[in-house]
Amino acid sequence: MNTVHTGGTPDVLLQLLSPAGVRLADADLDPWVAEMTGNDLAALYRDMVVVRRIDAEATALQRQGELGLWPPLLGQEAAQIGSGRALRADDFVFSSYRENAVAWCRGVAPTDILRVWRGTAQSGWDPLVHRMATPSIIIGAQTLHATGWAMGARFDGADSVAVAYFGDGATSEGDVNEALVFAASFQAPVVFFCQNNHWAISEPVGLQARAGIAGRAPGFGIPSLRIDGNDILAVMAATRLALNRARTGGGPTFIEAVTYRMGPHTTADDPTRYRPAAELEEWAKKDPILRLGRLLDSLGLLTPELEAETQAVADATAAELRAGCIGLPDPEPLTVLANVYATPHTGIDRQRAEYAAYLASFEPTGGKDS
Amino acid sequence: MTIETIRSSPLPAANGQAPVPLTETTTLTLAKAINAGLRRAMLDDPKVVLLGEDIGALGGVFRVTSDLLAEFGPNRVVDTPLAESAIIGTAVGLAYRGYRPVCEIQFDGFIFPGFDQIVSQVARFHYRTQGALRMPITIRVPFGGGIGAAEHHSESPEAYFTHTSGLRVVAVSNPQDAYSLIRQAIASDDPVLFFEPKRRYHVAGPVSPQLGESFERARVVAAGTDVTLLTYGALVSTATDAALAAADDGISVEVIDLRSLSPIDYATVEASIRKTGRLVVTHEASRSGGLGGEIIAEVTERCFDYLEAAPVRVTGFDIPYPTAKLEGHHLPDLDRMLDGVDRVLGRRR
Repeated sequence: MNTVHTGGTPDVLLQLLSPAGVRLADADLDPWVAEMTGNDLAALYRDMVVVRRIDAEATALQRQGELGLWPPLLGQEAAQIGSGRALRADDFVFSSYRENAVAWCRGVAPTDILRVWRGTAQSGWDPLVHRMATPSIIIGAQTLHATGWAMGARFDGADSVAVAYFGDGATSEGDVNEALVFAASFQAPVVFFCQNNHWAISEPVGLQARAGIAGRAPGFGIPSLRIDGNDILAVMAATRLALNRARTGGGPTFIEAVTYRMGPHTTADDPTRYRPAAELEEWAKKDPILRLGRLLDSLGLLTPELEAETQAVADATAAELRAGCIGLPDPEPLTVLANVYATPHTGIDRQRAEYAAYLASFEPTGGKDS
Repeated sequence: MTIETIRSSPLPAANGQAPVPLTETTTLTLAKAINAGLRRAMLDDPKVVLLGEDIGALGGVFRVTSDLLAEFGPNRVVDTPLAESAIIGTAVGLAYRGYRPVCEIQFDGFIFPGFDQIVSQVARFHYRTQGALRMPITIRVPFGGGIGAAEHHSESPEAYFTHTSGLRVVAVSNPQDAYSLIRQAIASDDPVLFFEPKRRYHVAGPVSPQLGESFERARVVAAGTDVTLLTYGALVSTATDAALAAADDGISVEVIDLRSLSPIDYATVEASIRKTGRLVVTHEASRSGGLGGEIIAEVTERCFDYLEAAPVRVTGFDIPYPTAKLEGHHLPDLDRMLDGVDRVLGRRR
């Protein structure tokens, strides 16, 4: 396998789809997308359009005061949908907070994705139901969780795979480096999926890495792939390749998906303070949705029917998201003291009883002065 | 080494010293008692796995995991690379899969590289997920001084963890509790920081195979009527000696071994103070922000009217842990405890 780098710096950027939408050949990646049909491509296109719409609607909800914060994924749709759609139901995702499109692939309801950002819950969904962990806000911490889960999969003799999503900034964290050591030592079935989106808030990737990020993994004994993260076919093929290595006892694989965060870090960020406008314009030309659209168009598949249907799904999802978000109930006051422990804890139980009594002391007047 | 080679390699031959299952009361050292408790938990539940540095062939630097690799194999006694954050972080991932990991942190002072995973992840997952995900992780920590060790090998970091909600914190003082409480800690669906008094590892005592009462209950080690002397871990033995010495002076000291540091069994503490009216808290950890201050504040809120005198703390100083030849000045000993007893009785200022 020529494109899985076992040493040196893999500076080749693997592509199956040029920015102009031209299908490129790659002997190593092609087999992993060989059976894809026009319908499959249309489904990926629809996914990307819908998650971009979710992103735009959530940003609008934040601007309107309905969300406290939102971390946009604009520009990273191919990296997230291409990898997320390569997973099996029994695999397990451990992500950062920007992988909202991966959550979409894992069947998380769009409204549930917003709970954390509206502040009604710290986990938008049950991680065991969707087999996607509560996104980690501490940068890189989840890569260790993925590795531990994968070690357990090996102990259990299962062929399920853990996928750790993280960004270029996270590669500087100790946890990510420890995860690579453990994954290599125990040959854990884990895929390290790094979205190099070029910016960690205001810090450019060059501050995290003087040499290519994918080039680090072989030093840990982990083969790596450096792919065009805005090329959904390359992303899907590379992820499938890595998943297959993990399932068949090949151990961990590191994928660097080179992409671009076209929006701010979060809605509280202002990239104009640190990022040249020309850079954004360059990356806009490599937009992942435009690119797949061009391929579909060249195949005669970007029909008015597909466009209309995609638009309808996006509209319906956005409407569901908006209504769901605004309709999310505030949590009951005493849930602030719920679930700190799984079993009764006298300290917390006492504080809950005291606070319940305090709240109840207002009840005759409904908390207002009479 | 790959998993394949780990799994296919023959298990190391047992050296004949593996403990027989504990079926009747047996005299064991504290270290052997934990070993027996770990073994019992591993026999009872195949999801119990051990993670740590040097815990396999060596059996841990204190030999607490001796012979467990031979009996249970490398998928259950996992010698890890040297990375504390990863020991805790991979335990989180294993807990996601339904495992009950038991992590060994080699020495108290080495826990801090794993601190973020403990306080930001392990402690919070149940709360964060509204109860969807449990973290039945036990983190074993040899703690405390008195062994003439180099820096980072003698510390008492328990207050960092009692300050962190979502964790249970236990400190054992004797072989019976070591056996019973390690089993309870592993069986707990909450994460437990399990502090082992390293200078007491090789002190033997009777151990029955019973689980005993809940690890949340403090234990009255010696009944008394004049002063309550509250402690945990290695100092329980010193406090018991202090009570004997005080008795020679006609002072009746009640010694309480807290056992659980979070939550604290204030019912037992309060009952004692209502009887004695005087409280001395002693721990090796530094004074400021330590457990002693917290306990005295809580006791003051709960039973101020029963206190005959201002409570007294006998603790380590607010210093980084000192060099071996100075640690005798830092660690509360029998005489400093008696001084505290005298002060709370107004016999000394």
